[in-house]
Amino acid sequence: MKILVCISHVPDTTSKINFTDGDTKFDTNGVQFVINPNDEFGLTRAMWFKEKQGASVDVINVGGAETEPTLRKALAIGADTAIRVNTPATDGFSVAKQLANVVKEGGYDLVIAGRESIDYNGGMVPGMLAAMIDANFVANCIGLEVDGTSAKAVREIDGGKETVSTSLPLVIGGQKGLVEESDLRIPNMRGIMMARKKPLNVVEPTDVSAETKSVSFEKPAPKGAVKLVEPDNLDELVNLLHNEAKVI
Amino acid sequence: MITLGFGALNFKLDNIMSILVYTESENGKFKKAALEVVSYAKAIADQMGTSVTAVAVNADNADSLGNYGASKVLSVKNDGLGKFNAKKYAAILEQAAKQEDAKVVVVSSSADSKYLAPLLAVELDAGYVSNVVEAPSSTSPFTVKRTAFTNKAFANTEITTDVKVVGLSNNSFGVIESGGSASVEDFSPSIPESGVSVESIDKATDKVSIADAEIVVSGGRGLKGPENWGMVEELAEVLGAATACSKPVSDLGWRPHSEHVGQTGKPVASNLYIAIGISGAIQHLAGINASKVKVVINTDAEAPFFKAADYGVVGDAFEVVPKLTEKLKAFKAENA
Repeated sequence: MKILVCISHVPDTTSKINFTDGDTKFDTNGVQFVINPNDEFGLTRAMWFKEKQGASVDVINVGGAETEPTLRKALAIGADTAIRVNTPATDGFSVAKQLANVVKEGGYDLVIAGRESIDYNGGMVPGMLAAMIDANFVANCIGLEVDGTSAKAVREIDGGKETVSTSLPLVIGGQKGLVEESDLRIPNMRGIMMARKKPLNVVEPTDVSAETKSVSFEKPAPKGAVKLVEPDNLDELVNLLHNEAKVI
Repeated sequence: MITLGFGALNFKLDNIMSILVYTESENGKFKKAALEVVSYAKAIADQMGTSVTAVAVNADNADSLGNYGASKVLSVKNDGLGKFNAKKYAAILEQAAKQEDAKVVVVSSSADSKYLAPLLAVELDAGYVSNVVEAPSSTSPFTVKRTAFTNKAFANTEITTDVKVVGLSNNSFGVIESGGSASVEDFSPSIPESGVSVESIDKATDKVSIADAEIVVSGGRGLKGPENWGMVEELAEVLGAATACSKPVSDLGWRPHSEHVGQTGKPVASNLYIAIGISGAIQHLAGINASKVKVVINTDAEAPFFKAADYGVVGDAFEVVPKLTEKLKAFKAENA
């Protein structure tokens, strides 16, 4: 089984979010970038398929050279080969289109992407990719088993979960549940040394134009200070929720 | 009808186009999010000088959508569509959009709608923006405001394609009754084969889901153990709320994973979020920040959650929560 894991290069959760150039660009100054958490669960599940079922695991990112340390980290965790499509990630559609070309040429059986990236949260790349390459698709995937060309996946739905049967070629939008937090791997020194020697192939993009563009960013209005209610005056809390916040 | 002054100049209506909206139902009954997306579609239709066509699958009382702004409902009745299938449902919407010459298709942010929207966008060659929180600031260029950076910011995003798919963030626009009426037409699109089939569904039918809930009551490690969740559930019951928990609580196995809210768990965008014994780690706040009003109950006055909350009680949850439940019971009895 040939697996491709899509890796988004995203600001660490604790990053301060600021914008520059008249609020038109994300300010990367001082921001630490990491593997998108949803993708890391998927990558870890892919390592399980590699170790237990002999799958090959490639990782891919659509982005500039600045994303390479993130791909190297994925190699240190255990992926075989990294691919970087050399173009900035402008919108979900154009990223899916670039991925589709690589998936078609590479003959991948299973593509594991995260349910969404934690920066733009679009949640559209895996579904769009599946539609473009005419593969089966499971969103919000919290469990995956593959046997030959058949697969069983669990999808998180509102208020519960659903088990589906499907087959390769398959794209999933994965998340926590594919593996647990405690299964995530911190690259060890050997992995880091090996990652330096593993191939990181830079491929040139195909000509695709974006369908959406973010013209400006804004931050939520600063929040007023919390109103504290004494624990022995909970009638006041009920009153505030009813008359002021109007939520009960 | 509200029409913006510049709207009429930008759109030449050679043929009748409409705003299409997918209205989800469960056991025949429309979900609240369905009424909200119709209300939202109506606002766009008013801006663009057109009308709203809703698509409903196996729903009863399809004409009731008129009250929220739909002029027409395409009603699909098909026993083969009893279980949701993203590819099949996307195909239904694609055919409806083409039949109605829809330039904008609106969906909700439910798990199912977010599943089908990217498939639909590709089939329609439409640009798609999800997590939208307001009516378009402009319809030409078509510009919408959406959340980004896991609720730490908003992006004003332009969709440049002819046809657009808009995913509305739940609870962001509200349900608006406009008192209109809708005609209902039978719609029988062709249904494609799908390589994904549902084997089983595991869902608590007697509980409000976090996605559908207007109020969410959430517990953290401050509650000390799973045996103490009774008071959380009682508070939730009085409020008709869903129950949720922080990541450590689900990692410890005190509560099921399906209740974990936060960045890597379920997102919450409720009207009211009550956090009990949750310190407010940044990953947790990222996932719940879209909630409108936040109440925190914690013994530690220095807990970071107090900085993110609207109302706070510094006190022992084991005393405060049961008391609050009693007060709310009395309030509900008075206001029933």
